[in-house]
Amino acid sequence: MIRNYLKVALKVLSRRKFFTFISLFGIGITLMVLLVATAMLDYVFAARTPEVHADRMLGVYQLTMQGKDDTETAPPGYAFLDRYVRPMAKLPSVERVALVSGAQTAVSYLNGRKIQSALRRADGEFWRVLAFDFVEGGPYTVADDEAGRFVAVISETTRERFFGGQPAVGRTIEADGQRFRVVGVVRDVPVLRFSSSADLWVPVTTAKTSAYKEEWLSGFYALILARSHADLPQVKAEFQSRLREAEKHLPDPKTFQHLYTGADTLFEGAARMFLPAGGAVADPGARLRAALLALMLGFMLLPTINLVNINLSRILDRASEIGVRRAFGASSRTLAGQLLIENLVLTLIGAAVGLILALGVLRAFNVSGLIPQTHFELNFRIFFYGLAIAVFFGLFSGVYPAWRMSKLHPVQALRGRSA
Amino acid sequence: MIHLQQVSKLYRTDRVETTALDNINLEIGKGEFVSVMGPSGCGKSTLLNLMGLLDEPSSGRVALDGKAIDRYGDRALSRVRNERIGFIFQQFHLVPDLSVADNVEIPLLYRRMSNRERRKAALAALDRVGLGSRTHHFPTQLSGGQQQRVAIARAIVGRPNILLADEPTGNLDSQMGDEIMGILEDLNQKEGTTIVMVTHDPRMADKTHRVVRLFDGRQVQ
Repeated sequence: MIRNYLKVALKVLSRRKFFTFISLFGIGITLMVLLVATAMLDYVFAARTPEVHADRMLGVYQLTMQGKDDTETAPPGYAFLDRYVRPMAKLPSVERVALVSGAQTAVSYLNGRKIQSALRRADGEFWRVLAFDFVEGGPYTVADDEAGRFVAVISETTRERFFGGQPAVGRTIEADGQRFRVVGVVRDVPVLRFSSSADLWVPVTTAKTSAYKEEWLSGFYALILARSHADLPQVKAEFQSRLREAEKHLPDPKTFQHLYTGADTLFEGAARMFLPAGGAVADPGARLRAALLALMLGFMLLPTINLVNINLSRILDRASEIGVRRAFGASSRTLAGQLLIENLVLTLIGAAVGLILALGVLRAFNVSGLIPQTHFELNFRIFFYGLAIAVFFGLFSGVYPAWRMSKLHPVQALRGRSA
Repeated sequence: MIHLQQVSKLYRTDRVETTALDNINLEIGKGEFVSVMGPSGCGKSTLLNLMGLLDEPSSGRVALDGKAIDRYGDRALSRVRNERIGFIFQQFHLVPDLSVADNVEIPLLYRRMSNRERRKAALAALDRVGLGSRTHHFPTQLSGGQQQRVAIARAIVGRPNILLADEPTGNLDSQMGDEIMGILEDLNQKEGTTIVMVTHDPRMADKTHRVVRLFDGRQVQ
């Protein structure tokens, strides 16, 4: 039966070539955009170097301090993280905790040439929570950080810029007027990895002043590596209890009385940063997922309406066939199933078109260097998402016409009428 | 076999009510070959649609082998149509996108059968109507008479015991009409298939066992 349906579906598509082209074009472009967006989201949030343990990693990326008249939201400060998050490393469910600053622009001068680099200050644990791909040397240690040694890990691009691609370990690099001895070189990390990417990483303790040690709101993140994915809810709950404790010791209790944030996955962390009032949202991930889903559905609405219309006009075209099938024993439900299958065939062909277009667009993105150190790709997971979107699209646009088709009276259909 | 008891069919629009059939009482026995005659618009096709369970009467009762079908749902009606009834239409109603063999297979798609069994039955039905060599052709590649033979093959492929033919020779010249009529007579005589045929042609009606005449929705003979 399915073979016959497929045969009919392909014949019907080839019968009205222009409409088929319009349909495939609409589906293809829609799915291409969704696939490209999915590939980008996957690139930002999926477990990949250096966040290979993303499935069991949480971060504190934002902190909201709220009072009666004032609210401030920013990445948390070192003082807050050092006092309330770093000690979580002693919990049985937590393997390690690392503190790292956001990327800041550091200026260097080399042979009269100004070079701007993204610099992060990170503790020694940072290198053990994340798994960077070292091409030369190795990371600096917890002891290096505690001792305030001026050492640095640099990216391959930085090595290229400063040392012409020659071995860099043991050599000195200057940034923002400070000189660091290079101890390691890592493969470039795309800027989209917002908690780890940089051009050079140096110990926290090499900061020019120690003012950061007293700040509750500044530019630091905490990365918490749980023992397993199953431990994440427990770690999140423990973080919330520590947040309540921290509320009792706020530095300026007259202005601020409440603290809001969460220990978040990469996706939740991004959601908290982008959503309005993200700091106070209990589950920002769910909100962002809902927003992305709504965006996706909205984006699919126009091609869906187009496809629904084309399907409805096809019913008129095929009234006689529908009447014959009804006369020879097809129930309403069977006919509806047939139209859905036909629609799925169309959307899957559209998906293949979308996949080819998406490959082209991603390749163009990669070649253009629009987003530095980024190499988007379509992997099996994204292909699966694309397939799921196409199937959903096929069902979404096929249900109403299929329902109309199934309600067609056989006698009317045999007379060539669709209603 | 088919029993219509005080059957009426009304068509209502916003302004007009049309009586297509008015108080029809009709019994079609097993193995009968009955023709239905009458002027255009007298309700012949409506009568056939009611016998074929494609439509419901506005009042009265339609029974098949003594079982009233008025309480059957869509799935049950579909099953009865699939297993017991074959239709032949004046306009053939072949699916243009499908080959001759695929068209003939249509009734069998709604039964539990393997592809091989289905194809075997379709080829046998096409052989029966003398079109065994045209299985891979498409309807548009055939003459009107050949298309109607394909339609007959489609109607008999599921071995139904009732055939309902709505002016099966109406679109054909007399020679082709005779050929089609020959096939129907053969089916009736050799296989005992009950046939009800709507026709305008008295020559064709003369070949059947009995003629039912309608006029303005009423049975006059």
